[in-house]
Amino acid sequence: MVNANFRNVRLVPALQRMGEDWASDQQTFKQMPWGKVMMWMFLLSDIFIFACFLIGYMTARIASAQHWPNASEVFALHVGGENVPLLLIAIMTFILISSSGTMALAVKYGYEKNRRMTSGLLVLTALLGLSFVGMQAFEWTKLISEGARPWGNPWGAPQFGASFFLITGFHGTHVSFGVLFLIIMAIKVMRGSLDRARPGFLTGRKGSYEMVETLGLYWHFVDLVWVFIFAFFYLW
Amino acid sequence: MGEREYDAGAYVPPAETEEMELVHPKTFIGKYIWSQDAKVIAIQYGVTATAIGLVALVLSLLMRLQLGFPNAFSLIDPGEYLQYVSMHGMIMVVYLLTAIFLGGFGNYLIPLMCGARDMVFPYLNMLSFWFYFASVLILVAGFFVPGGSMGAGWTLYPPQSISEGTPGSEAGIVVMLLSLAVFIAGFTMGGLNYVVTVLQARTRGMTLMRLPLTIWGIFMATVMALLAFPALFVAALMMLCDRLLGTSFFMPEMLSMGETSDHGGGSPILFQHLFWFFGHPEVYIVALPAFGIVSDLLACHARKNIFGYRMMVWAIVIIGVLSFVVWAHHMYVSGMNPYFGFLFAITTLIIAVPTAIKVYNWVLTLWRGNIRLTVPMLFAIGFIFTFVNGGLSGLFLGNVTVDVPLSDTYFVVGHFHMVMAVAPVLVIFGAIYHWYPKMTGRMLNDTLGKVHFWITFLGTYVIYYPMHFMGLEGVPRRYYAYGETTFISDSVQTLNVVISIAAFIVALAQVLFLINLVWSYYRGRDAGPNPWRATTLEWQTEHTPPRHGNFGESLPLVYRWPYDYSVPGASEDFIPQNVSPEETRWQAEGRQS
Repeated sequence: MVNANFRNVRLVPALQRMGEDWASDQQTFKQMPWGKVMMWMFLLSDIFIFACFLIGYMTARIASAQHWPNASEVFALHVGGENVPLLLIAIMTFILISSSGTMALAVKYGYEKNRRMTSGLLVLTALLGLSFVGMQAFEWTKLISEGARPWGNPWGAPQFGASFFLITGFHGTHVSFGVLFLIIMAIKVMRGSLDRARPGFLTGRKGSYEMVETLGLYWHFVDLVWVFIFAFFYLW
Repeated sequence: MGEREYDAGAYVPPAETEEMELVHPKTFIGKYIWSQDAKVIAIQYGVTATAIGLVALVLSLLMRLQLGFPNAFSLIDPGEYLQYVSMHGMIMVVYLLTAIFLGGFGNYLIPLMCGARDMVFPYLNMLSFWFYFASVLILVAGFFVPGGSMGAGWTLYPPQSISEGTPGSEAGIVVMLLSLAVFIAGFTMGGLNYVVTVLQARTRGMTLMRLPLTIWGIFMATVMALLAFPALFVAALMMLCDRLLGTSFFMPEMLSMGETSDHGGGSPILFQHLFWFFGHPEVYIVALPAFGIVSDLLACHARKNIFGYRMMVWAIVIIGVLSFVVWAHHMYVSGMNPYFGFLFAITTLIIAVPTAIKVYNWVLTLWRGNIRLTVPMLFAIGFIFTFVNGGLSGLFLGNVTVDVPLSDTYFVVGHFHMVMAVAPVLVIFGAIYHWYPKMTGRMLNDTLGKVHFWITFLGTYVIYYPMHFMGLEGVPRRYYAYGETTFISDSVQTLNVVISIAAFIVALAQVLFLINLVWSYYRGRDAGPNPWRATTLEWQTEHTPPRHGNFGESLPLVYRWPYDYSVPGASEDFIPQNVSPEETRWQAEGRQS
C-alpha cells in the first residue's frame, strides 16, 4: 500500500516545520560552525564564477565561425611512437579525484583527533594537488611550444587558446591556493594547534578540527569544478 | 499548577553557541585604523564612500555645466565629457551606493540589530574595508594615467571600450577593470561576513521573523551581490585579457582606417549578458537595503507597526530571486533574439508585483499613524514619492515596444536616476539622520536637516522630471552637445539650463549636510540612548555610542518583533524587543494602581 503511505506523509506541515527550524533563533543551520557556513557561501559564489567562465567559453565556441581544434588531437601525448589521446589529462583527473579521497580520510581522522594520520593525509593530498599543478604546467609548456597562444593557435579558432588558458589557469590557481592551505593546515595539525585551540596567525581564530573539514569542502569543490572543465574542454 | 497562561513571547531558549571572544586593541592604530570592530569599519566605509561619492558629484556638475551652457566653458572637451559620464556612473553605483549600504550600514547595523558582539570574522571584515580602500585608490589613479580615465560609459561595452579612439582606452579601462576586481574581492570578504552573521550569530530569541526589515534587506542584497558580482568579475578578467593579451572574447573583427583589427571572432553580446547579469541584480542590491531601512524609518516615526511584515519579508526575497531573471531587459536594442525580449519583458513586469506590495504596505503603515515629521521621516516619505515615480517610468521601459524608441534617450536617464539614484540616496540621508545619534551620541541639527531635505527633494524633481519629456522628444543621452537638429526643439536648451541651475543648488545643499555632520559631532544636542524611542536592539545598548562588543555583560534576550509601536494597554508607545511580557504586564499594572 505504497499509495496510502504516500498520502500519510503530510508534505505541507513538514515543510512548514522545516521552515520554522530554519527561521528559529540564534542559528539557522544548527551546530554548524561559522567557518563552515562561510565556506559554503563562498563556494556558492565561486560556482557562479566558474559557471560564468564555462558559459562564456561555450558561447565563444558556439559563436566561433572558425574550426574549433579537435581536443583528442591537441591534447594527445606522444608515447612509444604513437599519439595517445587524453592520456595526460586522464592521469591528471585520476590524481585530482584521488586527492579528494585522501582529503576525506584526513577529515575522518581529524574528527578522531588522530594527529599523525590527519597531517600525513593532508600532506599526501597536498602532494597530489602539487603533482596535478605540475602536470598542468607541463601541459601548458607543451601547448605553448607547439604554438598555442591566448591570441591564436595553429589548429583553428583563437578563442580556443584564450578560454583554455584563462579557465584552466583560474582553476590551477584555485588548486595552488588549496595546496598552500593544505600545507598550512598540516603544520597546524602536526604541532597540535587544533587540539590546544591555539589562536591562529593574524586572525586570532582558535583552532579546531572542524577547520580540516572546512578546508576539505574547498578541496572537493575544486575537484568537482575540474570534472566540469574536463568534460567541456577535453571531451566536447 | 498549570494556571500560568502560555505566552509564546516569554519563551527564551537556552544558548546554543558560546560567546565570541574579541580582540581588544590598545593602540590608536589598532582601534581606529586596522580596526576589527564592525562599527569602526562601518564608519571607515561610510567616510570613504562619501568622499568618492563627492568626486562623482563634482563630475556630474561638470557635465551639467557643459549641457546647460554649451560653448560657454572651454575646460571640458568631448572626450573628457564622456569620461565624466562614465566615471560618475561607475562610482555612484558601485563605489558609493553598494559600499555605503552594505559596507557602511551593513557593518554598523547587522551585529547591533541581530544582537551579536561583532561580525563573525572581524579580521576578514577589516581586510574587506582595506581592499575596498585600495580599489578606490586604484579608481582615483585612473584619473591621472595617460589618456585619462575610462570613458566608455559605466556599462563598459566592448568593442568600443577597448578600441583605439575611445577616451581612456589606453590605460583608463585597465585601471577601471583592476579596481573592479579588487572591489569584488574585498566585497566578497565582507559579504560572507554579513551573511554568516545574520544566519548564525543572532542572539537568543531573535528568530528570522523577528529581524528588523533593515536586516532582511541588507541580508538579501548581500546574498544577491555574492551571486551577481562573479559575472562582473569574469567579464572584467576576460576584458583585461582582450585588452592586454590580445585575446578575442568580446572583440569581433573590425575594419578601421582601411585595416582589419588584430581581434576577431568574439561576441560583444556575451559581455552584455555577463555585465547585465551583474548589472540588474546590482540595481536591487542598492534598492533592497533601501527598502528595508525605509520600512524601519516609517514604522518608527509613524509610531505604528509596519503593515504586513511577513509580506514585506517575502517581497524582499521574491524580488531578490526574480532580479536574476530580468537582466536582458537592458538589451532590447542590442540585437539579441526578439523572443528573448518577450520573455524578459514578462519577468520584468512580474517583478512589479512584489515591489508594488511593498509600496502599498509603506503607505498603509502611514495610514492613521501618529506621524512625526522628523528629518528621517521626511526623507523616508520623499523616498516613497521618488520611488513610485521611477517605478512607473520603469513599466514603460520594461515593455519592448515602448523601450525601443525610448532607449538611449533622456527618458532612461530620468527613470534610473529617480528609481535607483535619488530614491536610495534619500534613504541614505534618512538613515544617517536616524542613526547618527547612535553613532556619535549627538543629534544632527533639525533646521539644517529640514532645509537639506526640501532642497534635495524638490531639487531632484526639477532635475529629473524634465528629463522624461526630453526623452519623449528623443533627445539622446551621453551627448556632449546637440548643435542644430530638426527634432530637438529650442525649449530643450531652456530645460537644460534650468536643470543645471537646479543641480548646482542641490549640490550646494549637500554642503549644508556635510557642515551639519561635522558641526553636530562637536556641538549637537545630546541624544541620549534612544532619542527616537525605537524598539530595535541597537537603541538598547548600554553605552551610546556602543563600545566594542556592542552590548554589556550579557547579550540581550529578544521577546518580540521589532514593530511593537503604540501597543494598546502598554505604558509607553513603544516596547523594545528585549522587554519581556512580564515586564510589560508589571508596567501596565503599575499604571492602573
